[in-house]
Formats: sequence, C-alpha cells, structure tokens
Amino acid sequence: MNQKRKIRVLVAKPGLDGHDRGARIIARAYRDGGFEVVYSGLHQTPEEIVQAAIQEDVDMIGLSSLAGAHMYLFPRVVELLKEKGADDIMVCGGGIFPEEDIPQLKKAGIKEIFTPGTPLAEAVKWVKENVEPRT
Amino acid sequence: MSIADKIIAGEIRAVARLIRDIDDMVPEAREVLKDLYPFTGRAYIVGITGAPGVGKSTLVDQMVTHLRKAEKTVGVLAVDPTSPFSGGAILGDRVRMQRHSMDEGVFIRSMATRGYFGGLTQSTKSAIDVLDAMGKDYILVETVGVGQDEIDIVRSADTTLIVLIPGMGDDIQALKAGILEVGDIFVINKADREGADRTISDLRLMIEMDEKRYENGWKPPILTAQAVFDKGIREILDEVEKHATYLRSSTERQSGIKYEKVRNELAEMIKDKVVHDILSDLIQSGEFEEAVQLVLQRKLDPYTACDNIISKRLKRGTK
Repeated sequence: MNQKRKIRVLVAKPGLDGHDRGARIIARAYRDGGFEVVYSGLHQTPEEIVQAAIQEDVDMIGLSSLAGAHMYLFPRVVELLKEKGADDIMVCGGGIFPEEDIPQLKKAGIKEIFTPGTPLAEAVKWVKENVEPRT
Repeated sequence: MSIADKIIAGEIRAVARLIRDIDDMVPEAREVLKDLYPFTGRAYIVGITGAPGVGKSTLVDQMVTHLRKAEKTVGVLAVDPTSPFSGGAILGDRVRMQRHSMDEGVFIRSMATRGYFGGLTQSTKSAIDVLDAMGKDYILVETVGVGQDEIDIVRSADTTLIVLIPGMGDDIQALKAGILEVGDIFVINKADREGADRTISDLRLMIEMDEKRYENGWKPPILTAQAVFDKGIREILDEVEKHATYLRSSTERQSGIKYEKVRNELAEMIKDKVVHDILSDLIQSGEFEEAVQLVLQRKLDPYTACDNIISKRLKRGTK
C-alpha cells in the first residue's frame, strides 16, 4: 500500500539577484519530472532558505545565482543546514560562475553545479539519479 | 522522545517530517496521528478559498502579520494543484509569505493535491491536526482555486472566507450552488478595481435571497480589502472573531457543529481508506489492469466490471 515517495525540492534565489527566469524554468522542468517544487521567490537570505527547506521537508535545495555572490551565499546555506542538524538536505547550485569557483563550491559542500547550457532533461535526470527521497 | 512528544514540544523538523509521511501515506504516520489526537481541538481553523489569482496567499500573509501582532502563533497550510500528467507540482504560495519565514511563531507548509486517491482532503485534514497538536493558536488553510473538493476542506474549518474580486458578476452566479453556500465571510479583494460595487450588490442580493437560511443564525458579512496594501485585513479578523464568538455563544449550536464535523470526517476517512486499500490492492494484483483491458476491448461494460470487483472484494474483506 506504500506509495512511492515523492521528491520535494526547494528552488531558491539567494541574495540581491532579481533574475529568476532560470529558476522558474528549472522549477517547471522539475515539476514535469514529477517532483514537488517549492519556489521561494526572490531576495532570500540563507537563513530564510534554510528555514523554508526545513519547514517544507525538502530533499534538495536548488540555489540559483546570477549575481556573483555565490561564494558567500552557497556555502552559508550548507553551513546553516549543518547548524540546524539538517545537513541530510542536499544543496545544488545553478547559474553563472567563474570556472575556478566551481571546485571550491563543491569543496564547501555543494553537491553539483549546473552552468548555462545544461539541458533541462539532464538537470531532471541528475536529480532522479542522485536524490533519494527520505524514508 | 517519541515522535508525538516531539511534535507536542513544537519541534519543527519532526512536524515537517510527519506531514511528509502523511502525504506519502506512510502507515506509521497514522499511528502518530492517533497519539496526537488527544492534543488537537485547541486551534482556531480558518479556511481561505476562492478562484486562482484572487489574492488568497497575499491575504493569508497579511492575516499572519496581524495575528502575530496580537501575539498569536500561526500555522499555514497552502495547497496547490498537482499536475495530472507528471505528478509534479509547483508550490508557489510561499512566495507571498516569505517575510514570515524567520518568525518562530509561524509554520508554513505547502502541500500538493496529489489527486489520485483523493488524498487531498485526508492529508490536509491530518496536517491541520499536526499543527493543532504542536500548539498553534490559529491555522490558516489556503485551498487551491475553487472547485468541488474544496468544500470538504472548508468543512474542517471553523470559519471559512470566500475571496472574490470585482468583475466576477456572472461567475458568482456560476458559483452559487457550490462554494458560496459554505462561506461564513465574503471578502472582495482588489476592491479598488472597477466593478467592486457591482460585485458587492450581486453578492448581497444572493445572500438576501437565501434569507431563510440565515434567519436565526450567522449572516455572512461582505467585506472589501486590498490585501497588497494591508487594507481591510483588521476588519476581516474582527469578523472572524465575531464568528468565533457566535459559534461559541450556544452550546447546542456548538455541539451540533462538532457532531456534523466528526460525522463528516469519519465518513470521509472510511471512504478514503476503503478506496485506497481496495484500489491499491487491485492495482498490485493486476486485477485492475485486467478489468481495464476487458472494458477497453469492449468485452465487458464498466458497470459489470465494477460490480464484479466490488462483490468479490467485499466478500473477501479489505484485509
């Protein structure tokens, strides 16, 4: 009788970045992939994002950034999740990043980084393969 | 500490997780709900419903602000539709409520309708119980856009707000039989738009025509608001308060309402469980697909297929 668990994802826009076309398209692609997607809206602080992720009990947070502050904002989200004992929630990033930042972001605990040109199908497939809905 | 204890103590993660388990129909969640039931019945539940785009989320956001100023704790359940094709959903109500995300006195949860087994009503109702047990003073339940299912959710609310916008003249007529009948308070949002007066008078006419229903009881007030500008919110909450006082003013009325509520909830619960158990069993055993194929090939009519399944199942029982 146990139905299959559904993957829940929070798509969030941290910081002072008003460009959410990409985040919305990803949210839509995730929806079409069968996930439940909570969209945070613009201008979120890492604290707000983490709080929302916990209340919504998501499996993954997808952070979108096109404004250059990712080196602070992304690791901060990972840090806060740890503080709250919620580091079982996976964090990924999408947007525009200098190539040399990517290894550092991964080192800081960002599981995967998606850059412009990533086909939507691939982004969805990645989640299906790498995110286990909690049991 | 048991899960139930954690929830009563207000542990956010435990609450969030349990609602997820309810949604995913994890059998253990049911056991926790049994333990929590004695701790429910204290919160005041307000249902907010209306067509998509009328401003339900914004209204809820403002109501939360006012309730917090009055030092009340608030739980919000916001329901959005599941895509019938992919099973996925975009839950966007939170966007309008983001300023409350750091407030410890507010718990916001987005839920998808999920559809298939009619789980909407049940899991939303159970989530209300969870927030109730965690000790929230008020629980605001924002439904998806108007439809028939929403009436069910509305049944579990103490006070139901119906939100409309100007220029829905004909739509009001269309809605007449359904959702409008269950409204305790009508809110005309975006009231600065053209046609607000017309909407008010249409609505008033409709309520007046139903005079008999309201003779000895609560006659739904019609309020105007501009939720974005925080206009009219205070008045809405005052009316909610008045309605609560009205409900409490007669023990006879109160026990009557409670009786109806328990009756409805139990009937729904039995229906959901029977449908869910039988249907998932049928799907698993392949019998369902078999019947579908027979009807598809026109070897059997759906009525007989249904009767065959039911008579077979009921003899065997659901276990």
